[in-house]
Amino acid sequence: MGTKIYDCISRIAERIIENKDYLTDLDREIGDADHGVNMARGFQAVLEKVPRDSDDVGAVLKKTGMTLLSTVGGASGPLYGTAFMEAGKVAAGKEALTTGDVPAIMNAVIEGIQKRGKAVRGEKTMLDALIPALEAYTEQLEAGSDLSGAMDAACAAARDGVEFTKTIRATKGRASYLGDRSIGHQDPGATSATLIMEAVRDFLRG
Amino acid sequence: MVGIVIVSHSCKIAEGVCDLALQMASDYKKMIPAGGLEDGSLGTDPMRILDAVRSANDGDGVAIFVDLGSGIMSAETAIDLLDGEFPARIADAPLVEGAVVAVIEAATGASLEEVIQAAENARGEEKL
Repeated sequence: MGTKIYDCISRIAERIIENKDYLTDLDREIGDADHGVNMARGFQAVLEKVPRDSDDVGAVLKKTGMTLLSTVGGASGPLYGTAFMEAGKVAAGKEALTTGDVPAIMNAVIEGIQKRGKAVRGEKTMLDALIPALEAYTEQLEAGSDLSGAMDAACAAARDGVEFTKTIRATKGRASYLGDRSIGHQDPGATSATLIMEAVRDFLRG
Repeated sequence: MVGIVIVSHSCKIAEGVCDLALQMASDYKKMIPAGGLEDGSLGTDPMRILDAVRSANDGDGVAIFVDLGSGIMSAETAIDLLDGEFPARIADAPLVEGAVVAVIEAATGASLEEVIQAAENARGEEKL
């Protein structure tokens, strides 16, 4: 057998853990300085608890979500926990994912985060990276691009989304207490969402 | 009897609110704290909240009190995970005052709706 879904999850976990201090520093500017610490703790637990040899993509994604729920500790726990669990529902029973599964999964992730966080695009959250990423991915696929090209476009759009969060005011979460003082800072959640997408892209590149 | 769960980022806050509220009804056994993470650090954990909600349920449902931020989102996640097993609701009420009022109501056999309503009424109480 070739690669396992665990290998992809572990790439995500490593990327988050490597960026622990960076994410926490971003969160110190406009939040409670715990995003990196919380995310790293959650993904460390994911590395330990998610089965390495399973071919059941849906089950592994669900287990990742459940683990994040109970180990992250901040709002990103329910948000990313819900995101991975929703992704797991789309991938239920699958042993492999196709180019066409990606938008369905991203859509489920976005809807899960919107519902859990009661947020929409433009509120300086992870949605400001994820929604443009899905749009760019879909656009590229329709234009005849392959998986690699579509993922590159999605990651570039997510990065642009992170830049965009610098220009807007936070209306959700701890940063909303800062009002206009949140302008000028990039959103830690949009940043971690982008890091996750980039880790998946790099994993797919091999 | 309606159960009560106290959710806080801090284990000490959750336990302290329970101690304080139970002064009003020392025989009431269905008030469960769900504070902090399993390792004792600050944070909220939907799975820990879910366990507390199940322990607090006596068949008549559970009223949940939350502190702030992710406490609310984690409690909502716990309710979703409960998947309608029994009624559980978050009270839109101040944590301490709401919990005190709720214990008194729950201990006298009020319904979940009545417990939530009484706690939410505590929101309008002026301190000065």
